[in-house]
Amino acid sequence: MLTKAQIILWLENVAAVMRQNRDYLTGLDAAVGDADHGANMDRGFQTVLQKLPSWDGSDIGGILKLAGMALMSSVGGASGPLYGTFFMRAGTAAAGKEELDDDDLRKLLAAGVEGIVQRGRPVLGDKTMYDSLFPALDALSAALASGADTQTALDRAVSAAEEGMLATIPLQARKGRASYLGERSIGHQDPGATSAYLILKALWDAAA
Amino acid sequence: MKKLINAVDDVVREQLQGMAAAHPDLVRVHYDPRYIVRADAPVQGKVAVISGGGSGHEPMHGGFVGRGMLDGACPGEMFTSPTPDQVYACAQAVDGGAGVLMIVKNYTGDVLNFETALELAHFDGIPVQSVLIDDDAAVKDSLYTAGRRGVGATVLAEKIVGAAAEAGYDLDACANLCRRVNRYARSIGIALTSCTVPAAGRPTFELGDGEFEFGIGIHGEPGRQRLPMRAADSVTEMMAAAILDDGPYTRTVREWDRQAGEWLDVTLTDDPFQPGDGVIAFVNSMGGTPLSELYIVYRKLAEILAQRGIRIQRNLIGPYITSLEMQGISITLLKTDDEILRLWDAPVLTPGLRWGM
Ligand SMILES: Nc1ncnc2c1ncn2[C@@H]1O[C@H](COP(=O)(O)OP(=O)(O)O)[C@@H](O)[C@H]1O
Ligand SMILES: [Mg+2]
Repeated sequence: MLTKAQIILWLENVAAVMRQNRDYLTGLDAAVGDADHGANMDRGFQTVLQKLPSWDGSDIGGILKLAGMALMSSVGGASGPLYGTFFMRAGTAAAGKEELDDDDLRKLLAAGVEGIVQRGRPVLGDKTMYDSLFPALDALSAALASGADTQTALDRAVSAAEEGMLATIPLQARKGRASYLGERSIGHQDPGATSAYLILKALWDAAA
Repeated sequence: MKKLINAVDDVVREQLQGMAAAHPDLVRVHYDPRYIVRADAPVQGKVAVISGGGSGHEPMHGGFVGRGMLDGACPGEMFTSPTPDQVYACAQAVDGGAGVLMIVKNYTGDVLNFETALELAHFDGIPVQSVLIDDDAAVKDSLYTAGRRGVGATVLAEKIVGAAAEAGYDLDACANLCRRVNRYARSIGIALTSCTVPAAGRPTFELGDGEFEFGIGIHGEPGRQRLPMRAADSVTEMMAAAILDDGPYTRTVREWDRQAGEWLDVTLTDDPFQPGDGVIAFVNSMGGTPLSELYIVYRKLAEILAQRGIRIQRNLIGPYITSLEMQGISITLLKTDDEILRLWDAPVLTPGLRWGM
């Protein structure tokens, strides 16, 4: 079970984490892209943070949707429309909710990930954010199906995301800017897979 | 690293303020969200042509807003694509009733943001089309990459399609022409240095004194190969060969179906250059390479093309699609036909490109 206060805390946590990891993410992007992922994510979630207080009257679905729109209009790059879509779809899936039971949580994350798939068409192993998100969703669903509680399920999801993130290191990128490096993308961790892991970890923190 | 800027966060806004101050007769700048439109926008009854992308490539795209070229341009942050709300607001501001054509460089970020904006405009009742520019021959395969990047052909397409819109072509005719220009064009770029994004404060990649990078894009990203530095003629030979010996290029792109309101996968093939082709030859500076060196390259390029039986019918030489202060160049060849040549010669009046008026 997650409350609206915890969802708000999640977004606040993400903003803090993106600020802390701004240079780290940008450094990862410098190795395989154009050195802006940390700046993009930080700009986006600072915008969310600024607007959050004015969304207080909205339910969880509304807040996530507004967060998605704020990201969409401030992040830019490939990650902007992808994370924007993630939160907008998650919000649509949670429309009208003031709290989330476990199945609501699973549906919300599944809808968000499905949005990313429709926009960016990533396939597992392309070396993108999907490589942490897909295994995380899978682990969460499996944990909930086997009767685990919210916190345990999120714990498994975060571990799976971390594994997925680390597993991008030996991969050759096939999507996004990094794909232009060909074999030179091998040996570097994907910036988007890293920010996706950080977002899920921030949710785990908020749920604790 | 020295840069002639004030605060890092103000770079994009202040350069826009400078453009607005310098060219009030040609363009109008809107700040929130950011876009630049023709001073007389919207032009009633004319197809509006817009583009956009990360900042740092000046004069592209904002410098190409004006009569005979773009109706609007959406500048993103440095090297970061603009956002959908920007592009959507720009489309609304320039639509004169005949619809809006979006010219989009093939970078995942630009593609995803423009696709989202196109959907917003479409469901708002604005007739919209988009065309992807993907002319960078440095990218060999489209299956295991995001496909060829949009580089020099973007400038040529904006000029030619802008002239067509000015001449009264309708939306589908402008889109089809733009697709043809893209299919007829190929480019290759090299870098002698990297460049420094203001917010990053240090060069995106390190390049030794004795090296150059072959097959770069326009974002200071590393290219296809790092090679020992060599003389201009030899670099030009490599670049010309990369374009002229490039075989057919096939890829699947998403095209917008205006009637159905959905994206369709379309497979397209570009044919190689042939002896007897006429071309527009575009030798471009990445920002830090002086005109003197561009002419040294052009001299050799003209010689190579003559040997290959390819006629240069027009040329464009200078910094038009840049990568901040990077030292480096790109070469773009565009196969011509009568229609393309006529539209190329048509008058254009923008801050960055001007002839015939
Ligand atoms: N087609 C795609 N599908 C899913 N994720 C993608 C795709 N293309 C890129 N990404 C993700 O986006 C990240 C890069 O984001 P960012 O640096 O903000 O944008 P850009 O690449 O436009 O500079 C990559 O690390 C990758 O995880
Ligand atoms: Mg990037």
